[in-house]
Amino acid sequence: MTTPLLTVRDLTVDFDGHPAVRGVDLDLHRGETLGLVGESGSGKSVTALAVLGLLPATARTGGSVRLDGRELLGLPARQLAAVRGRRIAMVFQDPLSAFTPVHRIGDQIAEAVRTHQDVGRTAARKRAAELLDLVGIPDPARALDAFPHEFSGGMRQRAMIAMAVANEPDVLLADEPTTALDVTIQAQVLEVLRTARRESGAALVLVSHDLGVIAGSADRVAVMYAGRIVEAAPVDELFAAPRHPYTLGLIGAVPRLDGRGGPLVPIPGRPPAAGEPARPGCAFADRCPLTEDRCRTAEPPLTGTGTGSASGTGDHRAACVRADHLAATRPAPAEVYPVPALPAAVPRPRAARDSVLAVRGLTRSFPRHRGGLLRRRAGEVHAVDGVDLDIRQGETLGLVGESGSGKSTTLYEILRLAAPQGGRIELLGQDTAALDRAAVRRLRSRVQIVFQDPAASLDPRMPVGDVLAEPLLAQRTPKAEARRRVPELLRQVGLDPAHADRYPHEFSGGQRQRISIARALAVRPDLLVLDEPVSALDVSVQAGVLNLLQQLKAELGLAYLFVSHDLSVVRHLADRVAVMYLGRTVETGTAARVLTRPRHPYTRALLAAVPLPDPPAERARPRLLLAGDPPSPAERHLGCPFRPRCPVHAALAPEQRARCATETPPALPAAPGVDHTATCHYPD
Amino acid sequence: MSVELAAAAEQSPDEPSVPRGRLRLAAARVAGSRGALVGLVVLVLLFLLAFVGPYLTPWDYAAPDYGSLRQPPSGTHWFGTNGLGQDVFAQTVRGLQKSLVIGLLVAVLSTGLASLVGACAGYFGGWTDRVLTFLVDLLLIFPAFLVIAVLSPRLRGSGWIAFVLLLAVFNWMVTARVVRSMTRSLREREFVAAARYMGVGPFRIIWRHVLPNVSSFLIIDATVTVGGAVMSEAALSYFGFGVRPPDVSLGTLLAAGAADAPVFPWLFYFAAGLLVLFVLAVNLVGDGLRDALDPTAAAGRHRPRSRRGERTRRGDRRRPTRSTDTPSRRSTP
Repeated sequence: MTTPLLTVRDLTVDFDGHPAVRGVDLDLHRGETLGLVGESGSGKSVTALAVLGLLPATARTGGSVRLDGRELLGLPARQLAAVRGRRIAMVFQDPLSAFTPVHRIGDQIAEAVRTHQDVGRTAARKRAAELLDLVGIPDPARALDAFPHEFSGGMRQRAMIAMAVANEPDVLLADEPTTALDVTIQAQVLEVLRTARRESGAALVLVSHDLGVIAGSADRVAVMYAGRIVEAAPVDELFAAPRHPYTLGLIGAVPRLDGRGGPLVPIPGRPPAAGEPARPGCAFADRCPLTEDRCRTAEPPLTGTGTGSASGTGDHRAACVRADHLAATRPAPAEVYPVPALPAAVPRPRAARDSVLAVRGLTRSFPRHRGGLLRRRAGEVHAVDGVDLDIRQGETLGLVGESGSGKSTTLYEILRLAAPQGGRIELLGQDTAALDRAAVRRLRSRVQIVFQDPAASLDPRMPVGDVLAEPLLAQRTPKAEARRRVPELLRQVGLDPAHADRYPHEFSGGQRQRISIARALAVRPDLLVLDEPVSALDVSVQAGVLNLLQQLKAELGLAYLFVSHDLSVVRHLADRVAVMYLGRTVETGTAARVLTRPRHPYTRALLAAVPLPDPPAERARPRLLLAGDPPSPAERHLGCPFRPRCPVHAALAPEQRARCATETPPALPAAPGVDHTATCHYPD
Repeated sequence: MSVELAAAAEQSPDEPSVPRGRLRLAAARVAGSRGALVGLVVLVLLFLLAFVGPYLTPWDYAAPDYGSLRQPPSGTHWFGTNGLGQDVFAQTVRGLQKSLVIGLLVAVLSTGLASLVGACAGYFGGWTDRVLTFLVDLLLIFPAFLVIAVLSPRLRGSGWIAFVLLLAVFNWMVTARVVRSMTRSLREREFVAAARYMGVGPFRIIWRHVLPNVSSFLIIDATVTVGGAVMSEAALSYFGFGVRPPDVSLGTLLAAGAADAPVFPWLFYFAAGLLVLFVLAVNLVGDGLRDALDPTAAAGRHRPRSRRGERTRRGDRRRPTRSTDTPSRRSTP
């Protein structure tokens, strides 16, 4: 094995005396991809930034970072600047803020080239065009003159990668490069990263919280927890036989698209916040089901098989006293972690259950105005353009789509409880267009919403008891009775009833989402609208909330309208699925059918883009990349709106294509009486 | 956290405790803040002095004692006398009465009006917003001093209450504009949307969600207004509007005594000292109230937490989408 390109030894980072990284060792070899996984606050991004010396002045860094044997820590700023961008380049999480908004993309890439290479203006520009071509931006010569805001998120991230590889660096650090992007765009960007790495021969450090992304891209993985690496292993070995209980829990907590892996295991407790003072012993001891007394006394070192840290890919190391035990027994996550018994819902036939929500042909458009003083109507944005939904009592409908597909607008239209712009909404058998004020008030208590971000949806200035009492008071429940119900609600969602006097900020993210759910349950609704309820949460916490939702559904007979961009979560929770594209439902049906035998090409592409947290399975899957970005909902298309990106359409004979271009496909069932429709002229 | 959880669980056995609610929590936090208590005590003492003081001294604030002109403080005249032989103590407590009432009332009225108009304009938007904003702008460009000067002779009969109203009416516009813009951003927050979807009425939302979240600003504004109102009352009184001789206020005393302060300090410093004490006490109470209403503030909190942790949480709140924050980004102020 060659000597490593980048070696990190005993890296420590403190912020005002609060440790964020506590002794990290990493080796990176030429041409390999190292995945750095961890939840928020685990120190993975800080580690990446510390390598480049990009931390703010308040951070104190210790240890050693060597690139080709040359120490980088403590290097004077001028020498460090020569390394940054030239030898080590960075791809940031948020491509919007990583570009200067007032300069053209081409100029910014050319600047990166000219900073490190002695080339002329025109040569740098030519190189910039080549780079944009490499990352797959169409018409690179024109893209050079675009401003960052003219690019979509995916395009910006590609341009960011182009800029990072401009000087053919040896090491590419990608800090959550796809977190802000949709799945289909994420798949594109990951593919570009792979291409860029191959072309430039660089080693890649991929920092991510998403086990699926890591499983598909990394050669070796290091799992971080509370500022330390708790396990490091080649990717296949890590996923097949994790030796640290935390890794095992993480793998068990991720819902899987292929439906395998059994019940989700929640890891109890919460990850320590960054900079929280460390207690003696293993940082994971409080949450670990295998804790022993010796875990509380000393932090176990990162040890394991292999011929030492310098040897590279072969070794598997874990920082746990029970690592050998786990390596020998190879338990499934559910065998180690306590899994709550979920009561099974009573499977009554669908036709026998009452309809909770029926939406037919819902449309909603927003006028676009131009000009300041004399505002003129300049077209319309068709945010929702034909949505059909159907939810029966006690059933979960997963509404899936990328950002901009009109999911949220659909929700808000339903929750408005007023006559929709177009189409028909029937809630619990009542047409919302025909409601008077009293009926709206009564109906409000039967439909409740849980928002995506629990921190934003709870009034920071209200104690939790008042938060939970509010919907009851809005329904004119007597105050004393509302107060009495609060402890009961807290208990229902697994929180301590004594905490009703606390304010939202005193709870962790997962607990706050439980409070949101409790608030929604206060008025005993029939339908709960869940708007991305777990996407702001860490995986280990997310599993607990998902289990809670399942349990509540079974106990209370609730119906869920579950909106998510994460198909794995939908697969785990939903009975039926509706897929949205450009404001329309393109495919509906039972989850089992839609997600295993998709008929619409868009659904197929979505499913193919979701990374699986299982390296061999991920590698074996056929890649199906969608070209381009979703078109703007401001233009209305004749015919099928998916046509420009459709792989099926591209393969059609010209006379068949004409139909896609002129006729809007209707929602047709797969076979008479089968609950599975697709709006495609040529479905599978 | 888990340790806390366990501790809390131990404290509360099975019988469920009914939660206390926001007002009582805030009251408990005010009581727990030393600054607020000191401020409250000082305010109460000042009121006592102002309203009981006149009965302690045999002298009347208007009646001159021709036997002693410009006498320094002594056993007979506790704060000395002025050029007309009037007792400065009697004048000061009489002035304090006026100033306490004017200062506090103007602050409460103008802040109340500002929050009502600002929150309504910001929350409802549309035509309500346009009409109210127009009104605010109109009042802003009115020369307040002139209007008061013109109006006050006509209001002579109705006394100082009319004067308080006038001061308040010309004092709330800037605050209202700030409240309006703060409300506009609050309206888009999810917890307001959540309340709307629960069927909470608009005025209830303003009262329960919007105003508490702008309360920090309102309280600071009100405490600043207290001092400002006392001073603008003095300025107006100096020009002969407002409090008229022989009646006095702290403002008129200051205006009259300022020129003589180097030679006859008792004419100026007793009134000035009481005014400073008054404004200071109001500020202390305001600070305590602000901390009590802001659960993330350090003071009055039952469980101490590291400041860093708080900042982390606030950072999380700003970013709605899923993201794994890096402490580095948070720690940059």
